[in-house]
Amino acid sequence: MNFKTTLLAALSIPCLALAASATPPASQAKRGEYLVNFGGCHDCHTPKKMGPKGPELDTDRLLSGHPEQMQVTPAPALQGPWLAATVGTMTAWSGPWGISYAANLTPDRETGLGAWTEQNFVDTMRTGRHMGRGRPILPPMPWQMVGKLTDQDLRAVFAYLRTLPAVKNRVAQPTPPAAGTAPTADATPTPGAPAPAT
Amino acid sequence: MGLAQSAAPMARRHPFIVVAVMALIPAAGVSKPLPEHLRDTGLYTPGTRDELASGVLPFSPQYPLWSDGAEKRRWIRLPPGMRIDARDPDRWMFPVGTRLWKEFTLGRRLETRMLERTREGWRFATYVWTDDGTDAVLAPPEGVPEGVPVPSGGRWSIPGTADCRACHEAQPNPVLGFSALQLSGDRDPGAPHAHDGDADLHLQNLLERGLVRGLPASLVDTAPRIASRSADERAALGYLHANCGICHNRQGPLSGLGLDLLQSLAEGPVSVDRTRSSALAVRALRPVGGAEMRLEPGKPDHSVLFRRMSARDPLDQMPPLGTEKPDREALALVERWIHSLADRRTP
Repeated sequence: MNFKTTLLAALSIPCLALAASATPPASQAKRGEYLVNFGGCHDCHTPKKMGPKGPELDTDRLLSGHPEQMQVTPAPALQGPWLAATVGTMTAWSGPWGISYAANLTPDRETGLGAWTEQNFVDTMRTGRHMGRGRPILPPMPWQMVGKLTDQDLRAVFAYLRTLPAVKNRVAQPTPPAAGTAPTADATPTPGAPAPAT
Repeated sequence: MGLAQSAAPMARRHPFIVVAVMALIPAAGVSKPLPEHLRDTGLYTPGTRDELASGVLPFSPQYPLWSDGAEKRRWIRLPPGMRIDARDPDRWMFPVGTRLWKEFTLGRRLETRMLERTREGWRFATYVWTDDGTDAVLAPPEGVPEGVPVPSGGRWSIPGTADCRACHEAQPNPVLGFSALQLSGDRDPGAPHAHDGDADLHLQNLLERGLVRGLPASLVDTAPRIASRSADERAALGYLHANCGICHNRQGPLSGLGLDLLQSLAEGPVSVDRTRSSALAVRALRPVGGAEMRLEPGKPDHSVLFRRMSARDPLDQMPPLGTEKPDREALALVERWIHSLADRRTP
């Protein structure tokens, strides 16, 4: 390799880096949609309705979280190896951590992620804390796995979420274990779950 | 213009310079790994267990962070001949090589945290003391969430790097307790848990030693203080500044929440007014235990700020990390202040 080739190779590295970081917004959102679909975000964050072959996505409420108007009663007592229970929409989960409700991920400013910045979202997925600094994110949200995405992919996910129709849906706050847990025969807390509220 | 575009014409004219510069950039950006032992960080004189090294200076902020009653000692060391740029009194710029330490004691020394300014930015570490107090060893990046034993019972949780960043990088200045306001010679007698050792640095000492340059003349002439309306308000705002404002401010990643508890010396009374307007009779994003307003004058129990300061369940507590016990002294102070806000409204 002669000197000119070396120089060109050295200069091309930052060029490639610049090209990679300058992804057009539409492509970024498309990439985010792909990651959201594959990553299972709909499993909890989009309400389900029962279809002939089982639960289906309620596409009118895409990624809008646990429906505000749905009343949740205390979960049934679980026995044997059963650890968690969910409701028909699959947006509320009861376990040793209490009852957690899937968040509204649409850009509604008051009830969704409308006031969040891209950095708030990345920080949340990295730390498992609300907005990267607040209360712990509860199970079954697999933030530990989502947090392994690259910054570029997390930003793509946020870019896609920004394209969703804003749905006004104020999701309930989590219920502490004493009031809402589905008790199990072996009530050992889930590893990584926060200490029970007292 | 991007790096590649700007480099291309120069490369045509001076290829050797460009290659040499690009080869140097990575080398200049790499800091040494963190020492495995506290004794190797420069805090102590080599060969001694507790004797402070030359150039290591003790200090105490007038508004300390609540850490469940732990006793703390703090030190700073600037690189020889270097000074702090204090032209922006709210955002001091520290020279590369600056190190700060904070030691936590509850019956025994538990950990000593270190903050270091490197060429790449600030880095965070904590050293966990052995049970016999003879050595302190670098904690893993994830910290020790299950904690270390405390002599009086219970455990002390060691923060991970992400925990450090959560607070220290939530405002423009990552150094939280070493500032013009925190080191002011006009100490607040109402500040909870304040300790002021005889040898501790004050702002005036820094100026006399020539360790700070560019501080606005008005703050040199008159020791800085919060422009409050009463003694309780001064102490309450100072406490909220140090314990809450590090995240709840208008410049950091949580600025979208619109709650600003960080006091600015550059803005003086404007800063205090902004704190009031961002909290007084402002509806909280989520209610807590029936409280709906951030601050309801005259009604601490109806004030989300007070309720969350009182809470220690993980979903409601504030601050959300670094504490498991409410700060009773501070709660009493904030309670008095909230009551006084109602008195002030009375014509």
